[in-house]
Amino acid sequence: MEQALLYAATLGTLAGIYAVLTLGLNLQWGLTGLMNFGGLGFVAVGAYTAALLTAAPSPTHVGGFGVPWWLAWPAAAAAAALLALPIGAIALRLRADYLAIATIGIAEIVRLVARNEDWLTGGPLGVTAIPRPFESLGTPMGQVAFLVLVATVLVLLFAAAQATAKSPFGRALRAVRDDEEAAKAAGKNPARLRLHAFLLGAAFMGLGGAMMTAFFKFIGPDALEPVTVTFLVWVMLIAGGSGNNWGAVAGAFAVWAVWAATDWLAAQLPGEAATRAAYVRLFLIGLALQVILLARPEGLIGERIGSPQR
Amino acid sequence: MLEFVNFYLIPGLVLGAIYALSAIGLSLIYGVMRFAHFAHGDLMALGAYVALAASTGLDISVWASIPFAAAATVPAALVADALFYARLRRSLPAVLLISSFGVALMLRALIYLFFGPTPVTFPRPIVPPLVFEGIRIQSRHVWIILGAALCALILHLILSRTRAGRAMRAMADDPDLARITGVATNAVIRLTWIIAAVLVAVAGVFLGLDTQLQPVMGFNVLLASFAAAILGGIGRPWGAAFGGVILGLAEECSTYPLLDGAPLLQPTYKSAVAFVVLIATLLLRPQGLFRGMI
Repeated sequence: MEQALLYAATLGTLAGIYAVLTLGLNLQWGLTGLMNFGGLGFVAVGAYTAALLTAAPSPTHVGGFGVPWWLAWPAAAAAAALLALPIGAIALRLRADYLAIATIGIAEIVRLVARNEDWLTGGPLGVTAIPRPFESLGTPMGQVAFLVLVATVLVLLFAAAQATAKSPFGRALRAVRDDEEAAKAAGKNPARLRLHAFLLGAAFMGLGGAMMTAFFKFIGPDALEPVTVTFLVWVMLIAGGSGNNWGAVAGAFAVWAVWAATDWLAAQLPGEAATRAAYVRLFLIGLALQVILLARPEGLIGERIGSPQR
Repeated sequence: MLEFVNFYLIPGLVLGAIYALSAIGLSLIYGVMRFAHFAHGDLMALGAYVALAASTGLDISVWASIPFAAAATVPAALVADALFYARLRRSLPAVLLISSFGVALMLRALIYLFFGPTPVTFPRPIVPPLVFEGIRIQSRHVWIILGAALCALILHLILSRTRAGRAMRAMADDPDLARITGVATNAVIRLTWIIAAVLVAVAGVFLGLDTQLQPVMGFNVLLASFAAAILGGIGRPWGAAFGGVILGLAEECSTYPLLDGAPLLQPTYKSAVAFVVLIATLLLRPQGLFRGMI
């Protein structure tokens, strides 16, 4: 019973964190049409910021500062937005695909810094013993309380994302995405609007990274990988319906359920077969993305206003 | 000086040749189909691994296994185009880009599945390096540079002397004009894939010979290839080749101990050079050195 509760809390927590990441990508791609293929970089910066702020002092990395989570998490979101600022200012004025390429570079640089700057990040050893909120409640109540916290953050961010999408700012973002010239003619500044959306989305991702490290109690250069952070979030958003916050959350939950279920199934297989099953799953998730793009490009719950794309 | 030539200039040229072969394909695909092909790196890895299987399975030299590599990457590219890209041609370029990202994952999964995650090397005999007046160069490096030059020459002849090549350049310049003047769009797209896939297969084998094979080898050089293509002016194959050589040289020379023995850049940060070049290009000359499409 306790085991089942613990398992459910783990799955629920990760689903909630993925939903936050997907909402962030939806602000960037769904609402504004910005292709961010470096989600990993922003998640990692948020993760390291929160980890170094909340961890106890250690000689193997800078800090930690023992800051409470409710101060560290917003700082993590701010750090990720700060990373997005220069790259956005440069790449957003140019064509959309250049941003996609530049963000891949961002993820690479963040990974290099995390791996090589031992004094800052602890290098390959990473940051360990990161405190998790409500740990003191013990097992499994501590995990359940953390799940409630993640769910609360998700609800708040969802409300913020909904308010953004419905606000004049959100309408302007859609206008820039669908017809930049018309938006300009209406007196909007596309470069600035894009930058704001990019920063906001990056902040969501940074906060997601902060919650991830608190959950795993560890962050290292190999703890986050492009497939499970960047790519899976893209599949979640496309499957759920880009441009729609409900779709983003639904996609995150649905794809995470499939991902976790196949993970469990693969683990039942003996040794070598389990490794191979993981590769088959990677293939199938790539194929699933293709099928969605071809058969249901609007996703589970498409965007509600007008036609999303031509 | 000799040290510079042996340890920085020659490795830079070799790496540059590999980047060039990869970037030319990216640039051609962008020119003809108007999207950034994110599966290019994994296509490269596929070529390298198939060459490995052919050279060990048939007991032939790695150089002789290059046709086998191309025989894998060309159908892979054509099938991905027929199944996925062709059906999305009318969508936004962004959708094609996401689709190619999915293809990249599928290719990588297949490589992991059939060849495993452990890095491997091509079987290669130990040959003493060639020495000219103190300049030492591995014979495989000579062949890589000559091989890339040969590929570039053949490509030049195709693009400038054949009808198909001219049609390709016409489509890159102005797709609508090309179409109404009777260019067979689909045939040009197929030819583009064939050329890009052959070049990237060669690049994969060369990269495997220069370093080692691992499933993410191609994805690791994708950023540098894009940076090279953008530096040269995207859509301009010559620009991409030139950009590739510049980038290879920049990456290797970035660690040169110019100031009292300390390297300019720590070798662990070498792969950041591509990003710096990319950002500098976007800031200073977004159309690239040879005025590509913006």
